[in-house]
Amino acid sequence: MLQTSDFASVKPQTDTRCERYLGAFRWMLLARVFEEKLASLYRGGKVVGGVFLGKGQEALSAALGVSLRKGDIYAPLIRDAAGRFAFGETLLDAARTIVGSRLGPMRGREGNIHRGKPREGYYAMISHLGVMVSTVAGGLIARRFKGVKDVVGATCIGDGGTSTGSFHEGLNMAAVEKLPLVVVVANNQYAYSTPTSEQYACADLIDRAIGYGVRGHKVDGTDPQACFDVVGEAVARARSGEGPQMIVADLLRLVGHGEHDDAHYVNHALKVSPIGRDCLDVARTQITAAGWMTAVQMDALREQLQAEVESAFATALREPLPDPNLEDWRALSTESLAEGRA
Amino acid sequence: MAITYLEAIREAQAKLLADDPRVFIYGQDVGSFGGAFKATKGLAKEFPGRVLDSPISEDAQVGVAIGAALEGMRPIVEMQFADFSTCGLNQIINHAATMFWRTNVKCPIVVRLPSGGTAGAGPFHSQSMEALYAHYPGLVVLNPATVEDAYSMLIAAVHIDDPVIFCEHKYLYYHLKAESLPTEALPVGKARVARPGRDATIVTYSAMLHEALACAEELAQDGWQIEVVDLRSVKPLDTDTILGSVARTGRLLVVGEAFPWGGVTAEVVARVATEGFGLLDAPPMRLNAKDTPVPYHPNLWGTHRPTARAIIGAMRELLHA
Repeated sequence: MLQTSDFASVKPQTDTRCERYLGAFRWMLLARVFEEKLASLYRGGKVVGGVFLGKGQEALSAALGVSLRKGDIYAPLIRDAAGRFAFGETLLDAARTIVGSRLGPMRGREGNIHRGKPREGYYAMISHLGVMVSTVAGGLIARRFKGVKDVVGATCIGDGGTSTGSFHEGLNMAAVEKLPLVVVVANNQYAYSTPTSEQYACADLIDRAIGYGVRGHKVDGTDPQACFDVVGEAVARARSGEGPQMIVADLLRLVGHGEHDDAHYVNHALKVSPIGRDCLDVARTQITAAGWMTAVQMDALREQLQAEVESAFATALREPLPDPNLEDWRALSTESLAEGRA
Repeated sequence: MAITYLEAIREAQAKLLADDPRVFIYGQDVGSFGGAFKATKGLAKEFPGRVLDSPISEDAQVGVAIGAALEGMRPIVEMQFADFSTCGLNQIINHAATMFWRTNVKCPIVVRLPSGGTAGAGPFHSQSMEALYAHYPGLVVLNPATVEDAYSMLIAAVHIDDPVIFCEHKYLYYHLKAESLPTEALPVGKARVARPGRDATIVTYSAMLHEALACAEELAQDGWQIEVVDLRSVKPLDTDTILGSVARTGRLLVVGEAFPWGGVTAEVVARVATEGFGLLDAPPMRLNAKDTPVPYHPNLWGTHRPTARAIIGAMRELLHA
């Protein structure tokens, strides 16, 4: 998943740690500029439905995306643009889903974050939280039946989602079956407006790992290097047959639940605390300190990615929209069993 | 050699497992124990690793099936009782049922629901859930009423590329017997005229078919010829066969074991009223269970659900309307 060739002109790289970091950084930055464009389109009335952004969670999301390989299973959640791109989703497919292009994978039938390509191992989330845990587990059981080894399935959830019965059922069964599943919990302090104090009573969500009989990993979600290391290790452990891995990353959602939400309820003390850091700012600091890129080079990369985003949306916006007269109004794939189309 | 409805379901699964490496069974106690009703008896031993016990997690059972189906498998989920499928409802109606329409990727899962009432089973082990599932787009809902259909429709269900809710009736498990397993069957989605007649039509399905046939037999002694239509599949609903029967008889009684509000019987009446109003010589009638939870004691249960006696009463009313 690393596309280090983009940086060949920046600096000759032989250091794999640098390559891995800059590869992930590119997806973080792409997600950020993509979502800035998305917010702008939303404010301009160009997006029907909601817009949900992952600002502040790009490091964690990208860390998982770059740790997975082609052939793995990935079921992201709503704040995972970075991971989606890292896993292989094209900008154009993302843009098409947002604007409702008939040529996109969802064809105007679904929008925003409810997108995916299950045939490529990239599952499309539904809005009901927790269900993807057992679904990815089922995909892994299928791989086991087929004798496929060296595979990982991963899914993402928030602090709020860990309260669902579905999450519990899924992680418990995956542990029973000792599946190579990685569950990444972005503990972003708010489930819509509900703070963690009203979401769970355990001292730390990671304490649940022992209850499920899975290995737990704790990470500072604002620290990209830490995210790359910890998520990478968890994925490697799952891949090597150590069973389900649960990662809990502490961070702060730096935007509202969706763009309709001004997030006035977010505690100011959290914003100025270490978990209120913007992981992209931390990344710039870490990159500069390591001497891997200069500020000028990072700005140039941002401009390049902005141009790619603009181009993707320009293309998607020119494409045909869904047409009720051309739509196949049928929920079953078996035509002979479909009821009338009245 | 007589074979029961339950054995037919077991044999269908054995054949599916033997014929298709994509098939596996996932459910509570289905493994070495053979299932609460023994519908998977011996299968775990016969097909090692392919009949998996699940935790008590209906949501996860269906989630696992969905994920496996996306990867090309043909999972069969056994719910221990149809009633408990509500704990997996979200995965069925919001995830499995929407999958093909949303993503253009097929989701061929079969969820087996041991359905319907038996004496002493009470409110939480007796329900008929077909109307609930039929309401949602993206699901096929089957209700076999005979040993032959239990076998052939379960095999057909696993071959269908869409999610199938397979409502098998517990009351029929042990009582209903056939001489042998069928070698051919009507296609899924086609209703069957189980008994021809000319004076009135009873449209029904599942265990109520046998109550309706008993009613028709008794009324035949008075010279009435009652036609009985077995829906077999409640979704899709074979409106053509229903209308064809009503065209012959002019009178319609629809009988179901489920609760009365809405549901399959209401859907049948609505279709006949809107598409075949002119065929009717009398207002159509419905007979359902009562609008209370299913009672425990047989004295109450026997009145809560329609019986041949109750159907005869309704039919006499209809014949004289």
